[in-house]
Amino acid sequence: MDFTLTDEQKMLADVVAKLLDDHCPPAALRQLMTDGAPRDADRWGAIVETGLVPVLVPAEQDGLGLGELDFALIAQACGRAALPEPLVDHAGIALPLLAACAPAHPLLAEALSGAATLAIGHPLNPLVADADTAAALLLVHEGDLHLVPRDQVTLTRRPSIDPFRRLFDVAWKPSGTTRIASAATAAGPLADAIDRGALFAAAQCLGLAQCCVDLAVAYAKDRTQFGKPIGSYQAIKHHLASVQVKIEFARPVLHAAATRFPDRDTRSRAAISHAKLVAAEAADLAARTAIQVHGAMGYSWEVDIHFFLKRALALTYVWGTPAFHQARVERRVLAGPLGPDQTFLPDHPRQNEGQHA
Amino acid sequence: MNLTYTPEQNAFRAEVRAWLAAHVPARPLPSFDATREGFEAHRAWERTLAEGRWGMVTWPQEYGGRGVDLLQWLIFEEEYYRAGAPGRVNQNGIFLLGPTLMEFGTPEQKARFLPAMANGDEIWAQAWSEPQAGSDLAGVRATATRDGDHYVLNGLKTWSSRAAFADWAFGLFRSEAGSQRHQGLTLVLFPLNAPGVTVKPIARIDGKVGFAEIFLDNVRVPADQRLGDEGQGWHICMVTAGFERGLMLRSPARYQVAAARLAALYRREGDPDDAVTRAAVAQAWMDAEAYALSIYATASRILAGQPIGPETSTNKIFWSELDVTLNRTALSILGARAELLPDPAAPDPTGDWLDDYIFSLAGPIYAGSNEIQRNIIAERMLGLPR
Ligand SMILES: Cc1cc2nc3c(=O)[nH]c(=O)nc-3n(C[C@H](O)[C@H](O)[C@H](O)COP(=O)(O)OP(=O)(O)OC[C@H]3O[C@@H](n4cnc5c(N)ncnc54)[C@H](O)[C@@H]3O)c2cc1C
Repeated sequence: MDFTLTDEQKMLADVVAKLLDDHCPPAALRQLMTDGAPRDADRWGAIVETGLVPVLVPAEQDGLGLGELDFALIAQACGRAALPEPLVDHAGIALPLLAACAPAHPLLAEALSGAATLAIGHPLNPLVADADTAAALLLVHEGDLHLVPRDQVTLTRRPSIDPFRRLFDVAWKPSGTTRIASAATAAGPLADAIDRGALFAAAQCLGLAQCCVDLAVAYAKDRTQFGKPIGSYQAIKHHLASVQVKIEFARPVLHAAATRFPDRDTRSRAAISHAKLVAAEAADLAARTAIQVHGAMGYSWEVDIHFFLKRALALTYVWGTPAFHQARVERRVLAGPLGPDQTFLPDHPRQNEGQHA
Repeated sequence: MNLTYTPEQNAFRAEVRAWLAAHVPARPLPSFDATREGFEAHRAWERTLAEGRWGMVTWPQEYGGRGVDLLQWLIFEEEYYRAGAPGRVNQNGIFLLGPTLMEFGTPEQKARFLPAMANGDEIWAQAWSEPQAGSDLAGVRATATRDGDHYVLNGLKTWSSRAAFADWAFGLFRSEAGSQRHQGLTLVLFPLNAPGVTVKPIARIDGKVGFAEIFLDNVRVPADQRLGDEGQGWHICMVTAGFERGLMLRSPARYQVAAARLAALYRREGDPDDAVTRAAVAQAWMDAEAYALSIYATASRILAGQPIGPETSTNKIFWSELDVTLNRTALSILGARAELLPDPAAPDPTGDWLDDYIFSLAGPIYAGSNEIQRNIIAERMLGLPR
């Protein structure tokens, strides 16, 4: 039992945070909006260069073979920067899905290298994000998994309030050539996709929640009213302290849930749902509190907080609505067994018990 | 991150479980806050624990402990609450003063006080608050005046939990005449039966005498009952408060067991169509789990050699708020029976939920009110100006 991040994990988190501090400051977000480009090629290049794409693909398939906790740390940093590029969907969800369902697929190598990205249309999400820049889309029809080249689908953009989310309705025709896995083969990997999607949405929420607090704290130290910095007023302090409490008690839930992902059972799934629920709540509260602390500035386009508010809103409902995740938690709670000796146990004893690194 | 227990940890759990199964009283003991009889029944239980060397498992063997680490302590607590074992009447001693003595006490003080604390011979009360010094503890006025090799204590302490029946108290006193605020304060240990001490029980909102006033009228205590240096009192108290808010006083198992009982209550008596209450039950479980995970993270960090930080304040807010909502949810399930006083002989007993709810309402006040904790988080964690 050791509930700490390894030195490698701390280093990974620092590297990604630094990368995005350099390549994805708020000014760069605004530049992308002005340019109207779907993504920033230099930034994507830097992300690829850093080796963040193959993280979750097994080493036997030329990936890095790292775990969901490692990627959650990456996703946390992406949330903190409100990253527009589809690193989380591509590397965190779509790529491991393709690698699991079609290990020999010719597109895999290109997707691993980051030269091509994949979009994913999961039945849980009515719209497909970043479909226009993807080389191909992972789509589900009657449980079967299809990989459909972009030029074989019709995309209709559905504008999101989040200027960096590119959402599409997708019209397409399933065929024998697009099908890469039967429903039976795809069921497990598609369930994994839900868990990864929820975990990494939660991680992004946690990152952006902290960013909102940090922005609000900086502003509250600076802005003076009634002759004093507004941050010296207790109403402001207590608002922000309450958000920080929410963040502090979402983080260990997320880290434990990511660690337990491989169990793939009711308990690990309830843990993931728990993480998604509390991280989304933290993000929402953080963004709204940050706006309140900024006053009218916070309500203006000029201040960056609205980017985070909008991302938090989107992330709350993708990869399972709160109702979906609440139901998974309730099933776990009503089925039992509960109690302090149960916290870390899987549904059934693990085969490799006792051999953890 | 490795979230599986080692074989040694599993074996430790099994040993604790077996011992508790054989020793936990079949019927719950009467409250230690209501009567002397209940208090003494709990003292006897402390002695039983001590005989098995389970009184304070993290303490070194020489003081009656087992020298186990914080993770094993958490496992012990988990089993303790699972077994429904009695509340710890000496919690102010073993969880607050004990670790403080370990850090600041002389070897003689440790040898004198820790074993007697571990085996229940001396039950402790905390005597910090005064009528004019609550949240603003640095406003204490009670004095400890040096007189040769003694201190002479004068003044009034209040809200002292367990003091109605306890044996000893650890108090914060002004030892330097004319000193201001955090300066000139000293921690002194004194017996509650010393000449000049008058203890006046105070009834809580539940009518029990859970706390007391302590009147001190020229109480002479030997100078070697001073803990730490003269003038170091504030610093020591802040360290103790860290134990109180953080890890020790409220180990997570307490809430996890309560959440499990709550889910059982819902399954037994709840309306399956009542989605609001079902959601609240699930929330209580999530909160208890989140608190446990956070404490495992803290314990792991401490074991890795890092100090306990401002999480003591976030913890205090989280456990006290979850305790209120958890118990309140139980009352929602009981519905119109929620207001009934606990009566095990009733045809449809309601259990301890009402007592637990009423007690939970004190959580946001004691151990530093939640408003004060939010100030601390804002100023020390977030760096907002004072
Ligand atoms: C059940 C129980 C057991 C206790 N046991 C002990 C014990 O064993 N030993 C002991 O020494 N004491 C004990 N106490 C006392 C406890 O430590 C104090 O109640 C606590 O420190 C608050 O002080 P107070 O009651 O004087 O409230 P006050 O300090 O008067 O506070 C009243 C209200 O004002 C708020 N407030 C005060 N200052 C500020 C501020 N700066 N900013 C914002 N809000 C503020 C508080 O949060 C609170 O809501 C116990 C209390 C209770 C309820």
